[in-house]
Amino acid sequence: MSQPSSTCPNCGAPIVFRWSSSVQTVCDYCKSILVRSDLDLKKVGQVADLPPDSSPIQIGTEGVFNHKPFTAIGRIVYEYDQGTWNEWHLVMNDGSSGWLSDAQDQYGVSFAAPGRHLPEAGNFEVGEPFVWDNVTYSVSTITNAHYRGVEGELPFQYWDKTDVVFVDLLSESGKFATIDYSDEKPALYLGEMVEFENLSLKNLRQFEGWS
Amino acid sequence: MSAGGPTPPTKPQVRALNCPHCGAALTLRSFNNAVTIVCESCHSILDAKDPNLQVLQQFKASADEKPLIPLGSRGKIRGTEYEAIGFQRRTIHVDGEPYSWHEYVLFNPYKGFRYLTEYNGHWNDVSTLKALPEQVPNSSPPKVRYLGETYRHFQTAKAGTSFVLGEFPWQVRVGEADVVTDYVSPPRVLSSEKTGSEVNWSMGEYMSGKDIWRAFRLPGDPPEPIGVYENQPSPLTSDTMSIWVAFAAFALALVVMMIGFDLTADKREIFNGYYKFDSNKRGDASFVTDEFTLSGHTSNVEVNTSTDLNNRWVYLNYALINVDTGQAFDFGREVSYYHGYDSDGSWSEGSANDSVAVPKVPAGRYYLRVEPEGDPGYGVTYYTVNVKRDVPQYSLYALALGALLLPAILLTWRTLSFEHMRWSESDHPPIKWGNDE
Repeated sequence: MSQPSSTCPNCGAPIVFRWSSSVQTVCDYCKSILVRSDLDLKKVGQVADLPPDSSPIQIGTEGVFNHKPFTAIGRIVYEYDQGTWNEWHLVMNDGSSGWLSDAQDQYGVSFAAPGRHLPEAGNFEVGEPFVWDNVTYSVSTITNAHYRGVEGELPFQYWDKTDVVFVDLLSESGKFATIDYSDEKPALYLGEMVEFENLSLKNLRQFEGWS
Repeated sequence: MSAGGPTPPTKPQVRALNCPHCGAALTLRSFNNAVTIVCESCHSILDAKDPNLQVLQQFKASADEKPLIPLGSRGKIRGTEYEAIGFQRRTIHVDGEPYSWHEYVLFNPYKGFRYLTEYNGHWNDVSTLKALPEQVPNSSPPKVRYLGETYRHFQTAKAGTSFVLGEFPWQVRVGEADVVTDYVSPPRVLSSEKTGSEVNWSMGEYMSGKDIWRAFRLPGDPPEPIGVYENQPSPLTSDTMSIWVAFAAFALALVVMMIGFDLTADKREIFNGYYKFDSNKRGDASFVTDEFTLSGHTSNVEVNTSTDLNNRWVYLNYALINVDTGQAFDFGREVSYYHGYDSDGSWSEGSANDSVAVPKVPAGRYYLRVEPEGDPGYGVTYYTVNVKRDVPQYSLYALALGALLLPAILLTWRTLSFEHMRWSESDHPPIKWGNDE
């Protein structure tokens, strides 16, 4: 029973989970935000229309990262001064979850890295160094973003947000780190910047006039 | 089940819009990635994120720039098709002189943005870096390392935007300036651009106008490049390398040949005679030696003369004569040896011994005719004449080596002057060669 199915408590449409550990999903039909508690699905909110975006990734896009196949099953959409960007929730074939961020077609894959010591939100300076897992990262951007919406399945509850701060850090080896200050406790994600062609993506979105 | 069904995925399309200021038609080519779009007709910079395309800035173009790659044209760069969607001119001032280059924004809906720059006919294919370059500590001029390659600081300058056209994935404004720092390792250049507190790194790779013209199928010919560009690969570097490799190979071959010939050469002594010449004696001093046989393949014959000259000279007319054919090899040798003391100390000139090689002497029976001459009154000179067959001549090898060395040195010099031209334009000009006025 890897794909538990249920019905939307709001509109009765079938709800299929692609990943057994998903905590939250959005009804494809009525856009209700549904949270799973034991066997029940509870409506906690409603997704307003997502802003138009032109990411080539979509729910169901498949790819490979570090020899591990993955499928994009959900996303969080943020707005910042260059438009919007997506954090695609990936389910890896080993059952773990990861994130594919896509900002203006620049891609990075990252994974939650809990248990590391993280600095308090606030006084960061660009260029400031931090070391996690023996890799030195330096602060490259501090982004004041605005939560715009969610789609599909997520590994946690994420829907009642407004303004959020992200601190992005880069290393000399192509690794990157993001500290997400959207919750009370900051969360660290460690990953790598990737070239589009190296992700071997399938089931991508089509663009008018491009093949 | 709801009647509508799930929302089908939309297929992004190129949007046709109108400039809110002048009403001219605009095309939004990068879908929702554009942050600003510039109206071609009235030069209004518009907010591409705003449904009403709010006017953010208007600028006066002192000279209307026409992009060499028309916006909307597509070309393949490193195997991926890109569309030219934006164009800007950027200007730096060096010693009060403005220098301008052009930047093209390229877009592919999957691969994202890429850039082309053009300065005086020199092109660069530019993309943003995925990792941070590493500063090389205590380097002067400053150096950075990226993917195992070291880049040398070329120039730091404040680059202002002086003309814009089309769409940009960032907030573009005419008159705004960033500090741009270039580090070069031809054919690549690493550039850091400082905007506020953020630093963005990109890498450019040199491209020829011809490649750009071919990629975008542009009509006519690209503008001829002027001068040497900061990361232009030296057309000679590879040639210089290969000429030195060739030189080393030839030199090695020569040495091998030399050793080979030296080992296989006969170097056999054929004849040896001891003679006395009295210059006081009148009459013909000429004589002939005994016959000797030169065997083997046609080869050289070395005739060595050793004398007991002391502050004197003697002139020897030699003829090596074939007994059977009468063929004669004539040669004259002056042997002189002087020495003494003067205010500078001891000195000497010449040598009491002489050696000469007669080339290409066929095998056969030969004798030498010797006719010595000297100043009357000098008296007696004793000398030996020694004939050797097939003696390697090392001076020929030295000559060949020199002939090979010459083009290598010339090419190296030209390469160095190319590098000189490159670095004269940088913040670290080389020490001037001669007088440039």
